[in-house]
Amino acid sequence: MQRIGVFVCHCGTNIAATVDVKKVVEMAQHEPGVVHAEDYAYMCSEAGQELIHKAIKEKKLTGLVVCSCSPRMHETTFRNAAEKAGLNPYMVEIANIREHCSWIHKDIGEATEKAVILMRAAIAKVNLDAPLKPGESKVTKRALVIGGGIAGIQTALDIAEAGYPVDIVEKTPSIGGRMSQLDKTFPTLDCSSCILTPKMGEVNAHPLINIYTYSEVESVAGFVGDFTVEIRKKARSVDMDKCTGCGLCQEKCPSKKSLSEFNRGLSTRSAIYTPFAQAVPNVPVIDREACIKFKTGKCGICSKVCQAGAIDYDQTDEIVTEKYGAIVVATGFDMIKLDKYDEYAYSQSKDVITSLELERIMNAAGPTGGHLERLSDGKDPKEIVFIQCVGSRCADDRGKSYCSKICCMYTAKHAMLIRDKYPDTNVTVFYIDVRTPGKNFDEFYRRAVEDYGVNYIKGQVGKVIPQPNGKLLVQGADLLDSKQILKEADMVVLAAAIEPNPDVRKIATMLTASIDTNNFLTEAHAKLRPVESPTAGIFLSGVCQGPKDIPETVSQAGAAAVKAIGLLAKDKLLTNPCTAHSDELMCNGCSQCANVCPYGAITYEDREVNDHGIRERRRIAVVNDALCQGCGACTVTCPSGAMDLQGFSNRQILAEVDAICR
Amino acid sequence: MKYSYFPGCTLKNKAQDLDHYARISAEALGFELEEISEWQCCGGVYPLGTDEIATKLASVRALNDAKEKGQELVTLCSACHHVIKRVNDDMKNVDDIRTRANNYMALDEPYEGETNVLHYLEVLRDIVGFDELKKKVTNPLKGKKIGAYYGCLLLRPGKIMAFDDPENPKILEDFIRAIGAEPVIYPYRNECCGGYISLKEEEMSKNMCRKIEESASGFGADMLITACPLCMYNLNKNNGGNLPVYYFTELLAEALGLKEEVKEQ
Amino acid sequence: MKTEKNRAELIKEISGVNPLKCMKCGKCSASCPSYNEMDIKPHQFVSYVINEDIESLVNSKSLWKCLSCFACVERCPRDVKPGKLIDAARQIVVRERDNTYLSPDEVPELLDPETPQQLLVSAFRRYRR
Repeated sequence: MQRIGVFVCHCGTNIAATVDVKKVVEMAQHEPGVVHAEDYAYMCSEAGQELIHKAIKEKKLTGLVVCSCSPRMHETTFRNAAEKAGLNPYMVEIANIREHCSWIHKDIGEATEKAVILMRAAIAKVNLDAPLKPGESKVTKRALVIGGGIAGIQTALDIAEAGYPVDIVEKTPSIGGRMSQLDKTFPTLDCSSCILTPKMGEVNAHPLINIYTYSEVESVAGFVGDFTVEIRKKARSVDMDKCTGCGLCQEKCPSKKSLSEFNRGLSTRSAIYTPFAQAVPNVPVIDREACIKFKTGKCGICSKVCQAGAIDYDQTDEIVTEKYGAIVVATGFDMIKLDKYDEYAYSQSKDVITSLELERIMNAAGPTGGHLERLSDGKDPKEIVFIQCVGSRCADDRGKSYCSKICCMYTAKHAMLIRDKYPDTNVTVFYIDVRTPGKNFDEFYRRAVEDYGVNYIKGQVGKVIPQPNGKLLVQGADLLDSKQILKEADMVVLAAAIEPNPDVRKIATMLTASIDTNNFLTEAHAKLRPVESPTAGIFLSGVCQGPKDIPETVSQAGAAAVKAIGLLAKDKLLTNPCTAHSDELMCNGCSQCANVCPYGAITYEDREVNDHGIRERRRIAVVNDALCQGCGACTVTCPSGAMDLQGFSNRQILAEVDAICR
Repeated sequence: MKYSYFPGCTLKNKAQDLDHYARISAEALGFELEEISEWQCCGGVYPLGTDEIATKLASVRALNDAKEKGQELVTLCSACHHVIKRVNDDMKNVDDIRTRANNYMALDEPYEGETNVLHYLEVLRDIVGFDELKKKVTNPLKGKKIGAYYGCLLLRPGKIMAFDDPENPKILEDFIRAIGAEPVIYPYRNECCGGYISLKEEEMSKNMCRKIEESASGFGADMLITACPLCMYNLNKNNGGNLPVYYFTELLAEALGLKEEVKEQ
Repeated sequence: MKTEKNRAELIKEISGVNPLKCMKCGKCSASCPSYNEMDIKPHQFVSYVINEDIESLVNSKSLWKCLSCFACVERCPRDVKPGKLIDAARQIVVRERDNTYLSPDEVPELLDPETPQQLLVSAFRRYRR
């Protein structure tokens, strides 16, 4: 029989205002095994832990039940306290009477009754607890960064600077990401590529960083400290070692009609291409769907002109398998498709563009050589209208529920840059709210209004009406002047919502990292663990976690790097002792557990067993403790009840259920 | 293929052409419109109030009639289509309306939105197919530049009508191409003509129709087509007569070489 | 006599709309083809319901200028659907006895030889009980 102590926390008024804690303590006294029960204002405080310590010593307690907040908050605190007093930390159970009880109920009588029931279940479980000892697992001192935009680049640099090798996997032919497509950055108006390309060069040159471009993560196995990842290096059709990056192949390639992804489809590129001039690596790829050689077998011009003999039409995809201790997701974002927003005539007029398209038009390396012009007729626009919040902050199924965060600032930037470079061009911005929290952000927006004369109108646009003369009639509301406005414009720019890169779903599934309804990766704790996934060993960098601008992305990239470094710096990790094991006498070797195990932790061996005096060889399930994460899928699947989870045994769970139903 | 057919009040009177041309073309295209016996007027506008039941019952009767025959329900007038399609959506998805409407109806088996409601144009697009229609055209309307006028009722609310992209539809343009003419896309084709407002606020409807007409002719249309008798009336009355307006079925019959046949009847 | 609070609740109930979802973007007013004819604009309709000023709404010209064209309903990013609120306010008016915007007596004068049945039916449905 255990000697159990029950400790009921008030959590200030968080619990005590809704749960009668004295009553809970009193009820505890009647439970089997309980030899001590008390309450305290803050059980997690030093003083609270001291109470626990004292009780363990004085009452010779063998098990603890702490009725408090979620085990996610303080299970570790109380386990450590128990260990200090000489108790096995796995003899501690938490009854969550805050999140599961006081916070969600209003009636004191009902909440108290439920708190007592939750406590009773925990006591029933402790009665069957046995001391457990965690094992150890190794840490592979190498990190993987998925995504080679500014988030991935910064994370990789920071990890490598701490002395750990890093691999970057980037899907496109070059690192650089969205930032490489931007012209200028707010609020300082630095040239985006001028500040990005040195970092790309640094990553490329770093002895501890290895870049896989034109590559994708194929599969992920293992667990924190010991992931095994397969990376698909897509056939580039160009030998990375031989190519000198002279560019002659691209010049001579006769297939030049593919739309440039880098220029958002506003210009064309050759079938063999590097996405942009400063690409890293400066090695082209052949787009096999556009290449004449691949389509018809006839051509081969690039191969003929290549002095280095780098063209290799026979190259095939290659799978590289590598081990990592930590994985950082930095998969970034794209703009939403605008096909559901045709009231803005995006698909009906070439002069209705997205902000990212405007970045390319404003950029010297863009489709118009940096000259601001209408894509329909090449004329200089004299009236430009910006429309904010296109697809952001929506409660319908057309758009996204969140604020995309970056649009207010980049629109102020665009407006200001246009007014500066083309003073004859008028700029009007239709806005719902102007949101500019950030250092020097509001000042920046005010400069656009006060110094550059950008006309901000509070109200959304209802419809963009293309005119027979090629102009665009913008029908909007001016809510402050109570007017419906019809404004003739030459160009309309839409601040389309941003969304996580669509590939992130697939990647999150491989990593068993959770994802929210908007496809943003979920943090382990929204406030206190913002760069960690709830899945151990997976870290989050950049917009894959939520909308953010470049400075925020870089800060978060550094934070994710620090968390990864903290993991890589450890020589060994303690493993969770709550793993599954199978009873060799009950196991019939049916394989159902192995089929459901998400971690590949279950194998089979033929073993001689002694079943009540009968010796025979049987096929028995064996769990690899290092791989098992204690999810319990096997225990509920096992038809013969042979699988059981340490710390969460079938007996314990049923005892809890019995206690609740009593 | 046989469909239950709900012509609606106006097609029996002022818009007989819309109806006649549709029936005769249907025959030529291999489907039959079987008029629902004793159909009742849909009410012209969808009753928006969530507590309005009685005003939805005429639609429910027609829908249930089609259900009992095991047929899909075809409409032609935009207003009837709008009302019946939305009532059907209520019967399928809104528990309160379904329960209360069925209480009134006292049917042997409650109606729960089983009937599929199709607009004639949807039959042309999804069942006949515009490519197939094109093959059957004997008298292609070559050289005609036609502006499709959708108005509101066929398109909105997009989620329930599920007819076409409410902001950039193309079904009528595809139809125009199929009958051998050239569609003219203009931005006011889904703007309101004024609808019922023209009864008491003629000036408002005039302004709206003028905008529609100017937009269409500005983009080079020399005629408009519509599926709605009220749009037809408003446009004809208010657009200054510069741009003739036709029911799409009239041009369909013409392209199929059936127009004279109807005239003779 | 119903209080303003009652009537605001009734409008919400008839329309099935939660006006609190509105973020005041004005896209309804930007889309409305009758905007210039309205004294209370579509986006203001929403806040009048929130602020329970129903007396102003039922006396508003806007009730009879709304076309039920659903442009605001289609484009509202917050699923508020101001057109439904306007219709609900109209319902509150016409459901009271002798309170209609169209009497049968005035119909003959409004007709012309081409007037489609649909126009009369629709107007009767929207303008009276």
